[in-house]
Amino acid sequence: MQTITRDILLEKAASLLASGTVNRVLGWKKGEFIYDVTPAVFTNAEDMYRHFTFDCFCGANFSKYLIKETQKEGKVLVFLKPCDSYSFNQLLTEHRFDREKVYAVGIPCDGMMDASTVKALAPEGLTGAERNGDALILHTLYDGDVTVSYADHLPDRCKHCKSKKVVAYDEMLGENGEVTDAGRFDEVAALEAMTEDERFAFWQNELSRCIRCNACRDVCPACTCEKCVFDNPGSGVENKAISDRFEEKLFHVIRAFHVAGRCTDCGECSRVCPQNIPLHLLNRKFIYDIDRNYGDYMAGAEEGSRAPLVNYQIADPEAGEVVSGAGGDKV
Amino acid sequence: MREVMVISMMKKCAKSNLTALLHALSVYAPLYLPVNGNGKDTRAKYTRYEDGMVYSTDLNTVRSAKDFFFPQTENLVNFKVEGKNIEIIDPRTEEEDFILFGVRACDFKSFDVLDRVFLSEPVDSYYASRRAHGIIFTMACTRPAETCFCTTFGINPAEPAGDVSCYMTEADLYLDAKTERGEAILAKLEDLLTDTDSTDIKTVEDQKTCIASRMEKLPLAALSTEKFGGDKLDTLFDDPRWESLSEACLACGTCTYVCPTCQCYDIKDFNTGHGVCRFRYWDSCMYSEFTKMSAGQPRLTQMQRFRQRFMHKLVYYPANNDGLFSCVGCGRCLASCPISMNIVKVMKTFSEEVSDNGSK
Repeated sequence: MQTITRDILLEKAASLLASGTVNRVLGWKKGEFIYDVTPAVFTNAEDMYRHFTFDCFCGANFSKYLIKETQKEGKVLVFLKPCDSYSFNQLLTEHRFDREKVYAVGIPCDGMMDASTVKALAPEGLTGAERNGDALILHTLYDGDVTVSYADHLPDRCKHCKSKKVVAYDEMLGENGEVTDAGRFDEVAALEAMTEDERFAFWQNELSRCIRCNACRDVCPACTCEKCVFDNPGSGVENKAISDRFEEKLFHVIRAFHVAGRCTDCGECSRVCPQNIPLHLLNRKFIYDIDRNYGDYMAGAEEGSRAPLVNYQIADPEAGEVVSGAGGDKV
Repeated sequence: MREVMVISMMKKCAKSNLTALLHALSVYAPLYLPVNGNGKDTRAKYTRYEDGMVYSTDLNTVRSAKDFFFPQTENLVNFKVEGKNIEIIDPRTEEEDFILFGVRACDFKSFDVLDRVFLSEPVDSYYASRRAHGIIFTMACTRPAETCFCTTFGINPAEPAGDVSCYMTEADLYLDAKTERGEAILAKLEDLLTDTDSTDIKTVEDQKTCIASRMEKLPLAALSTEKFGGDKLDTLFDDPRWESLSEACLACGTCTYVCPTCQCYDIKDFNTGHGVCRFRYWDSCMYSEFTKMSAGQPRLTQMQRFRQRFMHKLVYYPANNDGLFSCVGCGRCLASCPISMNIVKVMKTFSEEVSDNGSK
């Protein structure tokens, strides 16, 4: 398989800019360190040669930025990893941006590192990192070079990757992958195997760390309401305060319900959480339940698909037949 | 042999006695210290000490120590309504002393930044009471991280100050009282502490030298505040580079909530059905509803809100506080921002010359 490198992407972007196919590029801008990559809009190749980067720290999903970018004049080039392409389709299904104003280049992906995961391996003094096959070599300030397994330290969303197939693109670079099943419901099954008390304790422990920064909502490609209910003083629930240490369960559970059937499982919520709360597990639980009750469905797999929750069919299980969570018992 | 003369007030506790020391401190007053988490997030957070807990030597806690003096949420006053009577209830109970152990120099400096806001007239009595009751044991940073830049703001991680400055070595914990309150508490721990001699002093001085040389080698060591300060409003406010710096900002509140110096809050009334609970809570200048008034939101775009945060830290605050910047270089925002935009990138961008086409 052709490895996609910075040079390949640069060359592609430069030629699309030169031909006038696009007038700007959504790309990753290198930071101070190896892991602090920032999404950026480039308008010329020269800037790209100076600041554009592409490596195993480019995990950010650009699809949501297209809502803002397509408001502008001209066409924008976006690089879509498999995950991002599902969000891309889902946003199109919801008519959130103008497809005509985007030139999408699909790129294969075999997992992107999370800054927080990598920093945890060298919490004091990570000065650089490079990937060599399955080895990730970390340069540290105090412990010399530390070599770890790349696959072992991928974030959960990549370890349990849902698909290596780019499902939306104008042009594909490299070889497209296949829909995979890397056991992404294993952790959900583990949660379901817990007793109610254990599960409550698990979520209490995780969610009690929430600081209500709203990063999970703000990054989520399924959270595209023009005015979120939690930002609306007229809603009566606009409340940035935590009244007790577990109140945040309400925010997260409401959000998980709101994106149920629309969440493409990109895992950005967990990536951005400053408190490392495994938020994607809430969404995966919903996906798991939808699959069990209504048949397999993957939001964003194709543009325009109707989610089971908004698509009544006579064969749908009746109330009372719905398979519930814990252990798959019927309620 | 002649007895080695005691030439320092500094005390020493063998690391093997650290658990006993923490226990003794927790008996003296409620003790909070960094402890590694037990869930999906194992990074250190301040935790109330209970026997069996292990002090985390992680460089910094995920959330800053400001939480102890300026908590994310607090009730200010309750109103109890009965018929036509409204009773005003102060929900505060008498504060007791508490100990914060392991505060780094950057976080300790953040208290100074917050003090100038909350302790200037009119004094915020909620904050003032907590400050008065907090006893602070700081810890020198022997392994500063690549994200550290406290020295840019004149902070010395080898001299962390507080009531007691601590230095940890392989074998010992050194405790150097910096205030009378610090001396008083060390006096109560004398069973666990021994005096120090010139060898000990050299050990600590060597550690300070080592920290200084490590700070010089950090990637952000050369970060300069030269382009910033209270008099830079005109040069910075309308700079076109704010647009590109802020373009990827998600408008979440992460940077402001992990920041040890961000101090903005809002106050709301909660209708309890038989009265009102008036509370305050952290707010964030990144939010679209921030400081919204009847006339509307003063900052209409995310660029303006983004600019506000950095102008506050690097221009407005120093303009009002004798040139003191309200960033302490702890690096939390560098580690936490979902899009990795942060004060270092802002400072570096404005420290570069503008290129010919005006863009960066």
